[in-house]
Amino acid sequence: MVNYILRRLLGMIPVLFGITVITFFVIHLSPGKPTRLQAEMSPRMTLDAREKIERLLGLDKPVYVQYTDWIKRLAHFNLGRSFTDDRPVWDKIAERLPITISINLLAILVIFLVAVPIGIISAVKENSIFDRISTIFVFTGFATPDFWLALLLMSLFGVYLGWLPISGIKSVDFEEFNFIEKIFDLGRHLMLPIFISAFGGLAGMSRYMRTSMLEVLNKDFIRTARAKGLSEKAVIYKHALRNALLPFITIIGLSIPGLIGGSVIFESIFSIPGVGKLFFEAVMARDYPLIMGELLFVAVLTLLGNLLADVMYAVVDPRIRASGNK
Amino acid sequence: MKINKFIVFGSLIVGTMCVSAIFAPAISKYDPAGVNLENALMPPSPAHIMGTDSLGRDLFTRMIYGGRVSLSVGFVAVGIAVVIGLVLGSLAGYYGGWIDSVICRFIDIMLCFPAFFLMLSVIAMVGPNIFNVMVVIGLTSWTGVARLIRAEILSLKEREFVEAARATGASDFRIIVRHLIPNGIGPVLVSVVLGIAGAILVEAALSFLGLGVQPPTASWGNILTEAKSTLGIAWWITVFPGLAILVTVLGYNLLGEGLRERFNPHRKG
Repeated sequence: MVNYILRRLLGMIPVLFGITVITFFVIHLSPGKPTRLQAEMSPRMTLDAREKIERLLGLDKPVYVQYTDWIKRLAHFNLGRSFTDDRPVWDKIAERLPITISINLLAILVIFLVAVPIGIISAVKENSIFDRISTIFVFTGFATPDFWLALLLMSLFGVYLGWLPISGIKSVDFEEFNFIEKIFDLGRHLMLPIFISAFGGLAGMSRYMRTSMLEVLNKDFIRTARAKGLSEKAVIYKHALRNALLPFITIIGLSIPGLIGGSVIFESIFSIPGVGKLFFEAVMARDYPLIMGELLFVAVLTLLGNLLADVMYAVVDPRIRASGNK
Repeated sequence: MKINKFIVFGSLIVGTMCVSAIFAPAISKYDPAGVNLENALMPPSPAHIMGTDSLGRDLFTRMIYGGRVSLSVGFVAVGIAVVIGLVLGSLAGYYGGWIDSVICRFIDIMLCFPAFFLMLSVIAMVGPNIFNVMVVIGLTSWTGVARLIRAEILSLKEREFVEAARATGASDFRIIVRHLIPNGIGPVLVSVVLGIAGAILVEAALSFLGLGVQPPTASWGNILTEAKSTLGIAWWITVFPGLAILVTVLGYNLLGEGLRERFNPHRKG
């Protein structure tokens, strides 16, 4: 097992290098410069002052020198300072991270709790009414823009019914609440964002679960299990489900970038101070170090997420460990 | 041949959307940018079947003109993605060896980035407009096509007909373009149709965030940006553009699903 993890970690090195190259060049080969934006906003800024700022930020050096400098700093876990408020990029990301991670983990939990049963029932009762309704739901779910659904739910629950708050993560008088009230308040604020975040994955996951379950149900060992007289329950939940859940682990790992990408949208809509909103603000302000820091950070996070999924896969499926390849 | 319901419904929706986008000026007598403040925020009525927005522009007109944006972004972005994907995928599949390793590693790297983050970064640098949106979506969504065509070519390249083509002296280029790609294009076609749906959704999201198609040009996404400020006052501005996106994307997805059934892998032995 340790061997397997080490091998996977070694294999990540070239990918990690590629991630830094793409992150760096995506930002630096673009024609816009952050100083141009600052100059446009302040007419008094002279060419001379602009050059001074560029020198200060290292923008006047050749691109490959900027890259090696950046890598050297990365080796010390230094992502640089934000252009907008001069705070370390790392701190800005770190303080916003817990909320985004919690929402995404809860969203994955919701996806899992809803998609797995839907997938199982659709597969076991293929072509039943339930299966057809869930197929319609899946197609509609795939086609619904999540930000639009967010707007609809906001106007329904927030504006027309007035049941739920529509922005932020806590009420103004949050500090005066006792523990239970605090949990309740957070829940009220996060309910819609978590639902929206989960919604995107729900359709796809229940579809995968259905396909995976159908595939397993056609296998020989299921026929054997039935032939030896096991109850249908035991066949489905003990023999089929365990095997059908295997690919699910990888798929959840692969869906991490999508979930994080989606957080830009719902965090902006619901004004949630997470990494998604931070990224959106960085993009609007052309804050190079912050954009680069976040791009790099989410890419590495995705890489680790995939590694974790593969390791879990190896834990639950001994065949993977034995053969040593994916 | 059995008629495929998915293909029929899908084509109907896609066809209707294409026609309304192409003939937009003939369908509506209003100007999509025609401001008329006296008429602002009117609910749906016979004169304005989808109501008007806060500047008094006819929403239905803006919707069908917005359809032009979605349609062109969908087609162009996916076109770019298909070209890149076909080139890299066939190189990797046909030549194998280090070329394959490099291209596959590159795909792995691309897949680590949440595509939406990558798109936003580039858009922030090059500026938001319809042309950049097309290019950026295309540049970040070719990996699926590349992997599909690579897998197809890997399974086809040892077959006799390729051997025969090589024996007649066909060049590598000719073998790939005339023999391998046409034989492996089925799954790619499915992913192209689904890709158009994806591109339409992404364009809407980018425009909604103000980083896509810029007003006054109407797009379904940027109409929804306005909907955010009229939430609770004008439901029609929120409901119709979203429905348009939903129905259009659904159409492409149904078409894709139908095509998938037609190119069912069962036929392969």
